[in-house]
Amino acid sequence: MADTMEHRNVEPGHGDEHGEHDHPGYMSYVIIALILTVITALEVAIFYIPALAGVIVPLLLALSAGKFVLVVMFYMHLKMDSQIFTGVFVAPMALAIFLIVALIMLFKVIPSIG
Amino acid sequence: MTAHTAHPPTSTGLDTWKLGFWTFLGSETLFFGSFIATYMIYAGRSVAGPLPHEVLDIPLTSISTFVLLMSSLAMVIGLAGVQRGSRGVALGGIGATAALGMIFLGFQAYEFTHFYHVGLTLSTNLFGSSFFILTGFHGAHVTIGVIWLLLLWLQMFAGRIAPKDALKVEIAGLYWHFVDIVWIAIFTLIYLLQTEG
Repeated sequence: MADTMEHRNVEPGHGDEHGEHDHPGYMSYVIIALILTVITALEVAIFYIPALAGVIVPLLLALSAGKFVLVVMFYMHLKMDSQIFTGVFVAPMALAIFLIVALIMLFKVIPSIG
Repeated sequence: MTAHTAHPPTSTGLDTWKLGFWTFLGSETLFFGSFIATYMIYAGRSVAGPLPHEVLDIPLTSISTFVLLMSSLAMVIGLAGVQRGSRGVALGGIGATAALGMIFLGFQAYEFTHFYHVGLTLSTNLFGSSFFILTGFHGAHVTIGVIWLLLLWLQMFAGRIAPKDALKVEIAGLYWHFVDIVWIAIFTLIYLLQTEG
């Protein structure tokens, strides 16, 4: 079995000028995976440290958002791709986040105040 | 024509399949956002156990989360292999992604079975209903992803995927990474930020 495919006319990082730009190399992907692993380990460590109980929510949300952004920007290549892709993905996601926050406010926060 | 060789003859210069798929993923954020919101507003309202802190296994789920993160690494390496015409890297990457996806599903099957044995089912309490619906739909997405990747792997093995067809693998990769980022949110919001059920 040959180790190469039949065509070599396409290289990552050699996209066109309309939304396809340089993709990271293998080593960049591995480094991002290492960062994701370290952040996950940090998240689990924070869960088990009682002294951080008071700040666990903002800490974990920030770390989780960091992982989310790393995967979307580098593994899904949104950082290198057209901003139109970013728009069609981020706009409904912002609506979803608004929905979650609004429902939590309506069903949990406001009743507990009033 | 793919998005990589020359820009497609569209008004945006973007491949319509890829644009359509990103739009689909945007709609999926609303799909999962609704289930996450439901879980969050029902959290702490179960009148009977088992409750989250009694059943959720953080060490086990941390391992399955790591497995899914590594599957994303394998996916992006597999895609780069396809784009570079490296058959070995492509087959290894996509094959490893599917295998890691199946391992993740094994963890989830074990977790669901364990929950059933300790008395937590879809109809036990609000925690059970909202948890199984959310994680069950995520698991269904992973299952679809694994099947999709296995079909792609077979096509690659048969020599039917060339670098010019890299967009097929790229779109499957977008789906797989999306499943990964949904789990990133679930792991934090449901497992690490536990509430009293």
